[in-house]
Amino acid sequence: MTETEYQHPLMAAYWKQLDTRFPQVEEVFEDVMAEALAVLTREGIDDYLEAGRVIGKLGRGVEPMLAFMEEWPSTVQAVGASALPAVMAFIQRLQRSPNGKAITPFLQTLAPVARRLQSQSQLQHYLDIALDLKARTTGSIHGHHTTFPSPGLPEFFAQAPALLSQLTLAGLKNWVEYGIRNYRTHPERQRDYFRLQSADARAVLQRERHGTLLVDVERKLDLYLRGLWQDHDHLVPYSTAFDETRKPVPYYDKLGIRLPDVYDDAGDISGLDRYRAALAHMVGHRRWSEAQVADNWSPFQRMAVEFFEDCRIETLLIREYPGLRKLFLALHPKPVEDACDPETTSCLRHRMAMLSRALLDPHHGYGDADLLDYVQCFHARMAQGESSTREIAAMALSYVAKTRRQSDQFAKVHFDDTVVDYRDDNRQLWKFIEAGDEEEAFDEERKIEPGEEIKGLPPRHYREWDYGSQTYRPDWASVYEALHASGNPADIDRLLAKHSALAKQLKKMLDLLKPQDKVRIRYQEEGSELDLDVAIRSLIDFKGGATPDPRINMSHKTSGRDIAVMLLLDLSESLNDKAGGSDQTILELSQEAVSLLAWAIEQLGDPFAIAGFHSNTRHDVRYLHIKGYGEHFGDEVKGRLAAMEAGYSTRMGAAMRHAAHYLGARPADKKLMLILTDGKPSDVDAHDERLLIEDARQAVKELDQDGIFPYCISLDPKADEYVGDIFGRQFTVIDHIERLPERLPQLFMALTK
Amino acid sequence: MIDKDQYKLEQEPFYQQQKNEVALYEAAYRNRLPVMVKGPTGCGKSRFVEYMAWKLGKPLITVACNEDMTASDLVGRYLLEANGTRWLDGPLTTAARIGGICYLDEIVEARQDTTVVIHPLTDHRRTLPLDKKGELIHAHPDFQLVISYNPGYQTLMKDLKQSTKQRFTAFDFDYPDAALEAQIVAKETGMDEAVAAQLVKIGGVARGLKGHGLDEGISTRLLVYAATLIKDGVEPRDACRMALVRPITDDADIRETLDHAIDATFA
Repeated sequence: MTETEYQHPLMAAYWKQLDTRFPQVEEVFEDVMAEALAVLTREGIDDYLEAGRVIGKLGRGVEPMLAFMEEWPSTVQAVGASALPAVMAFIQRLQRSPNGKAITPFLQTLAPVARRLQSQSQLQHYLDIALDLKARTTGSIHGHHTTFPSPGLPEFFAQAPALLSQLTLAGLKNWVEYGIRNYRTHPERQRDYFRLQSADARAVLQRERHGTLLVDVERKLDLYLRGLWQDHDHLVPYSTAFDETRKPVPYYDKLGIRLPDVYDDAGDISGLDRYRAALAHMVGHRRWSEAQVADNWSPFQRMAVEFFEDCRIETLLIREYPGLRKLFLALHPKPVEDACDPETTSCLRHRMAMLSRALLDPHHGYGDADLLDYVQCFHARMAQGESSTREIAAMALSYVAKTRRQSDQFAKVHFDDTVVDYRDDNRQLWKFIEAGDEEEAFDEERKIEPGEEIKGLPPRHYREWDYGSQTYRPDWASVYEALHASGNPADIDRLLAKHSALAKQLKKMLDLLKPQDKVRIRYQEEGSELDLDVAIRSLIDFKGGATPDPRINMSHKTSGRDIAVMLLLDLSESLNDKAGGSDQTILELSQEAVSLLAWAIEQLGDPFAIAGFHSNTRHDVRYLHIKGYGEHFGDEVKGRLAAMEAGYSTRMGAAMRHAAHYLGARPADKKLMLILTDGKPSDVDAHDERLLIEDARQAVKELDQDGIFPYCISLDPKADEYVGDIFGRQFTVIDHIERLPERLPQLFMALTK
Repeated sequence: MIDKDQYKLEQEPFYQQQKNEVALYEAAYRNRLPVMVKGPTGCGKSRFVEYMAWKLGKPLITVACNEDMTASDLVGRYLLEANGTRWLDGPLTTAARIGGICYLDEIVEARQDTTVVIHPLTDHRRTLPLDKKGELIHAHPDFQLVISYNPGYQTLMKDLKQSTKQRFTAFDFDYPDAALEAQIVAKETGMDEAVAAQLVKIGGVARGLKGHGLDEGISTRLLVYAATLIKDGVEPRDACRMALVRPITDDADIRETLDHAIDATFA
């Protein structure tokens, strides 16, 4: 403190207690002390100053101390002064680890975080999550323990308030957990994740959010629009998660109705009902509003017209469905009549919101004479019919003129309780004859460059199961599908000829395969039971003297199989190995086996498809069509089969999910997916070998839920170790690979008998 | 001799004319043209036929068709007796003998070979051959054939043959417009017309969802059920859920939307 200035002796004592020389702290000291004195007790002040002193002596510069001095009083307001020891202990732990740099961001966001959490135990959970993150992401190399600071930790602290505004603590824990699991070894990506810049950081955040997600209720809302309002349009979500400052509002345009991607419950009103309110309001505009030329109206006048028009259409909506009044009123703010001081503040918004409330709520209880006047005038007008946008705009303009105050121009605007958040931004209500002079379009119109033609289909993304966290990684694996290259179909015919003896054997078995559908055959002389109707008719004929019909029995036969089959071939590199005890590769043997099986199924007439897959990391899973359901086992298919090649790895889960996408669309009663593989699921980017096994197991569970019966034929002699984990009991291990051509069709027939 | 009067309607059934269908039907009857009534379920097809039979003072014989019905169920059959057999006329034969209106309800449900037996009765011949009995019945001058079917849920398997269709004059029924339907519900049940209008409103919501998970909207008949329940003192929302929503759908999303519509309508 400079000597010339007067200083309260108490302040001087406090300053002494803080024991610091940072000039930056000195500048703000009196202000922060004033705030601290207002919320802290005597002992609290002592602890505060002591903690400030300790943080100042950490040797981390002025930043942490400044942050603490400024943030602590409001933190205390939220969670109480008793949280200080925990916070100090946490800072000490950071200080003793290489993560000292994270202390500043931690302290800087402490107050907003505390305001979100509202209790000391919650804050403790938050600290625990942060400690966990610190412990598991702090790097060590070659036994040098905790040498590198956690890359994500400072970013995490910086994002914490934003995260907590959308997540519960449990959701935050899951989100952090996902980041640690997937990016522990990759500092750059880890940083991006905790900075909320990577795509999956946002995707996981979206998944963990609280509230009602638009995607979950989209069909209900679509039915709502169609059923109650005879209207329909695309519902397009916009994100509320990453735009803290702008706070987008619902709106509609030619491309569809825009709604926030999530609504939290508001009091008693569920998120779904908030969506419905927003939709109903927009439907009202679409039905009854007419765009007005706005060039000659001031922004204030336009705002008033919007409020009046919103109330007009809501009155009409309520007329249609009286129950909406309750919903609208529950969501509409109820401004307190004297909350705004017209001497110092612009009260226009407050006045309009009050009026809006009064127009909808018969029990508004406001006493303002002008307001009551206009409410009465409004209801009188509405009693005559629907009125119109133009008529109601005239009323709005006269209201603004009558209640105008000098203070309306003030920069300080009263905003509390004036935002009606289910209403759209009314962009459709205005048309301008001249392009506005206040706004300038900075964005140039983007031309779509005629790029190169798209080859092949765009990838489909499938989720993948992470067994460690028991969650799905959203859109993790990209599956590219294509037709398999074609070769010489004569090769396959030659293979079939080679196995002609086996084919004959199979043919016998095929003939024995009993189809399943039961059909009643009537009018049989011999049959399994008496057909009573026909028998009585015959008896009557007999008694009446006519020749009776002797065909009085009926029997049942089964006809028609209703099985759709998908044969999924693992085409990974290991297929190029020679099969034990044979000079053929596994690939060649598979080729023979598949040809025979395809021939057999073709004979049976069951619809079936063949596809192969291999993968080269999660970004490139290839799914190759060899035979589609619509194709016959002809030359084209044989050609593709002949060209089969092996390479890369086995990301089985993604391929199974994609195959299920096709098989699931078949109308058959029974759906069978045969997976022919020679090894365990693996891929070059999966370091944990359990990961893809567990994912495949999860994929099998998904198939079961979709009514698809998966069955694995494994050629790996060591498959017993894992294949049961994936497929339960639905698998066969073929030890003598050279017998595969014989076993595969037999197996299929045994399965479908 | 068959007692004609048992088939006559004693009381006037309530029927609210929608357009000029009563006059048109009378013209068809004057010339004994066969009539086909089409329309969704519960929109008043059967009620219309009943009303016309009452108005014309003719006996009405109704046959509900089903897929196990054979030609002899319509025409008649021999029955076994202790000492031989006895012939029993079917409903179609009875109507042709006594000069009544024979109404085959939901004709598409019957097997296609069954429907062919009505052909000779529907053109200029107006005869019905009973081949088993060796008799040819000439239809009574008052006889008329009326059939109904619901084109809404017809499948490939369940459609009328062109040769059958082209023997009839047809009325296309639909649910009446809101105001008229409210009147109908109110008159049918003695309910306050304002409440009836609210019921009709909910019916309209469901009809808007037809094709989006609902095969048929809420019929006038169900609205009458709901009104009857309300009249009996059931709380309107419960009555609507019970009579309007639960019968027509098992789809949770649709149920929730309709429930919401009920809450929004009965504020």
